[in-house]
Amino acid sequence: MAVELDLKGEVCPYTFVKTKLKLEELESGEELCVTFDHAPAVENVPRSLKNEGHKIMGIEQKGEHLWIVRIRKA
Amino acid sequence: MLGGFSEEQIRRYSRHIILPEVGGKGQKKLLSSKVLCIGAGGLGAPIIEYLAAAGVGTLGIIDDDIVDLSNLQRQVIHGGNVGKPKAESAKQFVNNLNPDIEVKTYIERLNANNVIDIFKEYDIVVDGSDNFATRYLVNDACVITDTPLSHGSIYRFEGQVTTIIPHKGPCYRCLFEHAPPPGMVPSCQEAGVLGVLPGIIGVIQATEVVKYLLGIGELLTGRLIYYDALNMTFDEIKMRWNKQCPVCGEEPKITSIQEEIYGESCRIW
Repeated sequence: MAVELDLKGEVCPYTFVKTKLKLEELESGEELCVTFDHAPAVENVPRSLKNEGHKIMGIEQKGEHLWIVRIRKA
Repeated sequence: MLGGFSEEQIRRYSRHIILPEVGGKGQKKLLSSKVLCIGAGGLGAPIIEYLAAAGVGTLGIIDDDIVDLSNLQRQVIHGGNVGKPKAESAKQFVNNLNPDIEVKTYIERLNANNVIDIFKEYDIVVDGSDNFATRYLVNDACVITDTPLSHGSIYRFEGQVTTIIPHKGPCYRCLFEHAPPPGMVPSCQEAGVLGVLPGIIGVIQATEVVKYLLGIGELLTGRLIYYDALNMTFDEIKMRWNKQCPVCGEEPKITSIQEEIYGESCRIW
């Protein structure tokens, strides 16, 4: 079961900051699903996470302004 | 609460948390760290300012002096506080900048009787003092209590800075075994000092403290940076551990803090 984090209403850079803080609580290999409604975050957050070695398992558009990014912790 | 941070803390420290070398874990380390600042003057001002901003959770500030108008040419944290004790003025500045920080003030002079008890409370000491008696007292007490030390000093247009990790690298006495005789080196009061100079040196000291607390990068251990503001040069002097060092050598002569060694009027041992 993936851990979920709802970041609707949050903007950059806090989308990344909060995703990163949540990932720090998880074990290596665990999955995290983050919900965003801030369009730039869908590009920025995966890029920053990849830079830190995490794996992006998928980006799913759920609505006009709603995305779920699935991350596997490095 | 995410990762133990309040919403306000996530915003305040976001630029730290973003850094791969810091992250939430590093920021928590800073928040749980205790740093002692010797002096809240020219060097102390930028040291205190940046350590407080960085979120170093406990700052000890020892200074027995009062803010004087002539201090404000370089001591940037004391604005509006002429006549107040510097330690109190610094505390007020820190409280305004970052309410996360607990400030412990010591409105007294660091001396042979209080130094060991005070140092025991802290993870690292930052020396921003302006005289040789305190400088040698701080160095020797750090070696004896095995407390890391950031050393900085300034003179007119020049400054020097190094980091001392006792028993893992050289100490201040390894390089300068004894203080110069009294009267040979004029104080800042007599010699003058360029106001921006302590800003440079103090911020390098604060950088070293933050790196030490985070356990990142290469510290200035065994290296002394010599800064010349007039020519804008940074020179690096290699420091070697001195086997005959009176405090950290193989057969140290100084094994406890004795008051008579650090008298201002006589030669400092």
